[in-house]
Amino acid sequence: MTQLPGLLDTEAIRKDFPILDRVVHDGQRLVYLDNAATSQKPRQVLDVLNDYYERSNANVHRGVHVLAEEATALYEGARDKVAAFINAPSRDEVIFTKNASESLNLVANMLGWADEPYRVDQDTEIVITEMEHHSNIVPWQLLSQRTGAKLKWFGLTDDGRLDLSEIEQIITEKTKVVSFVLVSNILGTVNPVEAIVRRAQDVGALVVIDASQAAPHMLLDVQALQADFVAFTGHKMCGPTGIGVLWGRQELLEDLPPFLGGGEMIETVSMHSSTYAPAPHKFEAGTPPIAQAVGLGAAVDYLTSIGMDNIARHEHALTHYAVGRLLEVPDLRIIGPTTAEERGATISFTLGDIHPHDVGQVLDEQGIAVRVGHHCARPVCLRYGIPATTRASFYLYSTPAEVDALVEGLEHVRNFFG
Amino acid sequence: MKLDSMYQDVILDHYKNPHGRGLRNGDAEVHHVNPTCGDEITLRVRLDGDTIKDVSYEGQGCSISQASASVLNELLVGKELTEARRIQETFLELMQSKGKAEPDDAMEEVLEDAIAFAGVSKYPARVKCALLSWMAWKDATAQALGETAGGKTA
Ligand SMILES: Cc1ncc(COP(=O)(O)O)c(C=O)c1O
Repeated sequence: MTQLPGLLDTEAIRKDFPILDRVVHDGQRLVYLDNAATSQKPRQVLDVLNDYYERSNANVHRGVHVLAEEATALYEGARDKVAAFINAPSRDEVIFTKNASESLNLVANMLGWADEPYRVDQDTEIVITEMEHHSNIVPWQLLSQRTGAKLKWFGLTDDGRLDLSEIEQIITEKTKVVSFVLVSNILGTVNPVEAIVRRAQDVGALVVIDASQAAPHMLLDVQALQADFVAFTGHKMCGPTGIGVLWGRQELLEDLPPFLGGGEMIETVSMHSSTYAPAPHKFEAGTPPIAQAVGLGAAVDYLTSIGMDNIARHEHALTHYAVGRLLEVPDLRIIGPTTAEERGATISFTLGDIHPHDVGQVLDEQGIAVRVGHHCARPVCLRYGIPATTRASFYLYSTPAEVDALVEGLEHVRNFFG
Repeated sequence: MKLDSMYQDVILDHYKNPHGRGLRNGDAEVHHVNPTCGDEITLRVRLDGDTIKDVSYEGQGCSISQASASVLNELLVGKELTEARRIQETFLELMQSKGKAEPDDAMEEVLEDAIAFAGVSKYPARVKCALLSWMAWKDATAQALGETAGGKTA
């Protein structure tokens, strides 16, 4: 078996993930390489979810009975865990949402309804990039259409990086908000946060970072990033679906208006008007995803016990190996950086003229799960003149043997359509 | 192996040597996309009274969607509209059968090469690929006959 420096003890880790033992299609061992879409969940998270429902289930923040108090403590405890995980200065800066998409829509709507100095209107500009996930494009397009603000984009270089050469023309005095992805879910690129944040701060623009593909894979320190908002999603980081996070700087959360109204987010309500609870509750209308938040707390514990630096090192070693092996496959073109530097463990590629749909189908027959299509980042496909890609994405339990299985699988694909 | 039931030789042949590909004159043109995978087709229909004179198309997509457009061209060009609609409906029925349809002789007579897609109906993610050009054809024909306003993609 291939040994690479920096790898985790995957044999031990894989025992935590029951699904990885699954056998599919009459005897093929599952090779799960679709982690950028969603990660698998360790037993530690599944047990906590089960335990919550079996022992402590109740609604939060509204009962005096023992279950209500336990449920509230577990839900708020999860907030503490997430706050520590991202090095937030205050737990009150962590807002639970249902996923990253909701987190990003929430920011866009806070700004859309805000007063000066945050107000986004027809005299202002919003900046995003060509490598965004649709979840970080469409909310800004909607905001731009509704307010008349101009939407501007950073383009991409041929090797899959952000083209910042015109940063001063793109981020200007008119820019109110700059929103960009920390790690691309299609190209794998890790973006240069500092250069963008510095320019945004110079012109007084707010910075929103989509960390959906970063939080699962590397140490995320919201203070070091110096952003104003950071969004991510629980299901890609060993947590359940239905839970996401929006971190925001406290002063902003105090100043900005709520978006969804309902129970939980109020202080008092009369027939004339209402006053709102302080953040984070101001932004959490209605019964929240309680079990899911508790599950995310368990996921954060799990990841922390392994160590985010160790996970990043493991994935870096694996990415280096995978890029090298994939480039040996005839007619394979990596869409995105072709080295492991400043890149995450998500690798998109094309294979001659064989359509990704067909590549994915033949790989699936061998038990290898990859994603095919435009990965909710269609502008990237247009930019590189391709209809779609095949994407393999790794995680803490992925192994060099799985990279080898992918490479062999691709040989099989080539023979099948050759 | 299951794969061979999807990728029948007939399908791979049509994929490698498509019939009637390329855009030619038409009475109506539609552009359909499959939003989940990015497959696209632009398709034109030319009618002569009740007869289909030509179905021309251009697009990008997987072997299933491309082969399906080729088979469509081969089957429908030269047919009367009523006959073409019967073929389209039979193909739709086959594709929606979730792999359970036992194509009989009658169905095979109607569908000819298109019967090879029976295996695709077992794969829910691929049924849309197989149907892309057929839905486009139906839409374009309705437009050519002035039945719909047109321009819509689905
Ligand atoms: C970079 C990026 N942003 C946002 C999202 C949206 O996450 P969700 O679908 O959980 O809202 C994803 C995941 O698909 C992603 O990869």
